[in-house]
Amino acid sequence: MTWDVALILGIDGLANGAVYLLAGLGLVLIFSVTRVVFVPFGDVAAFAALSLAAFETGRQPATIGLVLTLALLAMVVEIVSLVRRGEMAAIPRAVLGWGVLPAIPCALAWAVAGQQGLPHAVFIITAILLVVPITPLVARVALQPIADASVLVLLIVSLALHFLLSGLGLLFFGPEGSRTLPLASGALSLGTFSVSGQVILMVASAIVLSAIFFLAFERTVVGKALRATAVNRVGARLVGIRPARTALLAYTFASLLAGLIGVLVAPVTTMYYDSGFLIGLKAFVAAIIGGLVSYPLTALGALAVGVVESFGSFWSGALKDVIVFSLLIPVLMLRSAFTRHPEEEAEEIDQ
Amino acid sequence: MKRLVRSALGAAIAFAMAGAALAADLKVGLSVSLSGPNSSLGVPYAKGMQAAVAYKPEINGKKVQLIVLDDGSDPTTAGRNARKLIEEEKVDVIMGTSGVPAAIAMAQVARETKTPMIGLTPISLQGADLEWTVTVAQPTDLMVAAVVDRMKKDGVKTVGYIGFSDAWGDLVYNALMKAAEPAGIKVVTNERYARSDASVTGQVLKIVAARPDAVMTGGAGTPGALPYLALSERGFKGPVYGQHGLINADFVRVSGKAANGTQMPTGPIIVAEQLPNNYPTKKVALDFRDVFQKVNNAPTTDAYSAYSFDGYMVFADAAARAMPKAEPGTPQFRVALRDAIMSAKEVVGTHGVYNFKQGQLYGVDERARVIVKLENGQWKLVP
Repeated sequence: MTWDVALILGIDGLANGAVYLLAGLGLVLIFSVTRVVFVPFGDVAAFAALSLAAFETGRQPATIGLVLTLALLAMVVEIVSLVRRGEMAAIPRAVLGWGVLPAIPCALAWAVAGQQGLPHAVFIITAILLVVPITPLVARVALQPIADASVLVLLIVSLALHFLLSGLGLLFFGPEGSRTLPLASGALSLGTFSVSGQVILMVASAIVLSAIFFLAFERTVVGKALRATAVNRVGARLVGIRPARTALLAYTFASLLAGLIGVLVAPVTTMYYDSGFLIGLKAFVAAIIGGLVSYPLTALGALAVGVVESFGSFWSGALKDVIVFSLLIPVLMLRSAFTRHPEEEAEEIDQ
Repeated sequence: MKRLVRSALGAAIAFAMAGAALAADLKVGLSVSLSGPNSSLGVPYAKGMQAAVAYKPEINGKKVQLIVLDDGSDPTTAGRNARKLIEEEKVDVIMGTSGVPAAIAMAQVARETKTPMIGLTPISLQGADLEWTVTVAQPTDLMVAAVVDRMKKDGVKTVGYIGFSDAWGDLVYNALMKAAEPAGIKVVTNERYARSDASVTGQVLKIVAARPDAVMTGGAGTPGALPYLALSERGFKGPVYGQHGLINADFVRVSGKAANGTQMPTGPIIVAEQLPNNYPTKKVALDFRDVFQKVNNAPTTDAYSAYSFDGYMVFADAAARAMPKAEPGTPQFRVALRDAIMSAKEVVGTHGVYNFKQGQLYGVDERARVIVKLENGQWKLVP
């Protein structure tokens, strides 16, 4: 292996790592607030990519139907729960929030689809907006009613949701993949090799978004509320934070992230209805490196996963994924060696 | 939902046909994937068969009845469908299907029940299964050998290989190794990737480092576009060759400019209009295009519907010769039909000219392949 090859692989790995970084942030965000390992995260990203591809070919993305159906379901679930609690006065608000609000991006997408001569940015923004309601709606229907269940139950439900969404993806978008137009053209030449504009864009978005996340969590009331829920749900409730509300916020942010990931990766990789799963799985490896709580460690882990994957594909293309996932073994061993187990802490308190 | 509608539709077609069937004397059973992941191949197969029956609705004055069942891209269902077609519908011949494992499952039922089967995909069978089954598809060896011929003409001395890390990748690689050595061409790399991979940069860097004259890819469908995109990104200037798994509109769409100029083998139906007038399959191919347009109100854009058509042509030829020997619908007729299929001579189809022999699965020769070049999204015949 020459330095040139190593550099190219390194850059390729960083570009992949940037995607895993964003996905990892989303996973950690959802897990820390709701204790759900949100497996369908990648599917939402794939929906964004495939919706964008549908816009580009002048078709109407089937995602519109999905969002509307989910909105209807969520509205019914919400109204039923309000009626059972006898809070009839809140029904119009529920209709507005769960039914009308998600329909707005659908209306936008419906208006934009098939229009020629619109700037590409309109399609991108519409595709992202279109997938933003998916995660909160799915969560409202399937996860919020069991929010207090054990982590394992939540994981199983979220896994079931992944199979449901990827099955719908196959139905909507068919088995063949799509690529979208590049977001950034040109390349930055650095001596003997060059970095494409798209890769720079991916890495830059990862850096900017992580910075925004950091600031939002440290400096804003919403961010502090999210962190408070993450640390202790009951305590947060005692000081007036509504866990259901913060969970909704976390899901919405994560959905937005997934949409961004979708449009960022679609020009460089062929996206299929099920490509999201592998992105989510690798981001999960990164999130595990971060212990599912630490954002900086997740970021580092994501970059490591990207680079290992890239070099792995050079050494042995067929075993690439095996190499990436076997990263988990040393990481888990190290983590289990260095963390103090909660049982021990409980014993100390007892004494 | 769509799946339900499709199965309901398939069932409706089957019942409608069954009603008309009392008067019909010859029965053809087709099991294809009208739903599930293989449906993008299965639907054209069904449409092609409908066109074929419309092209030749009667054989020796007896009407042909077509019964279509959906196997949902599942081998178990395909086997069950085959049994249902044979035992309940009492068909004379079964045909199918889009998936290789599913076609093999059908072939096993064909042998057990002593019913002739005409496969529409490349399958691999051993021993006793060969007694009742033939297939109209081209064997991979034949197709890849055409690519190696082309490489030799283009003056290629070394070639790098990149393909799927699955059975298809192996099949193409083995065929390439078999044909390349006698042609004096050296295969310098054997890189693999998974269908679901996002990037093949690592593998392509290795190929570029080995400095081959040309690259051959062993992929299929949209994931097959990945090496083309990576090679063009890395500035590889030599010719890139593909194989028939890539003759697919989705491949063209996803690979875009990166695959411009690539050459690959295919059945002549893909470029029927461009064939010289004396080409043996040209007339049938153009007839097929017309009848397909009439029956389905849409032009053919794929190679799959043509395989169905050829399967039916082989059946029609054999049935005409078997009919004097036995009455359709009887076990004797099935044996006579099998013997007639296995001794088919120069049956002209859209993909090639078929000559079957007992114990041989494939019946095509060099006339069943042409080399085409992708030029600005169009397949152009390379003479």
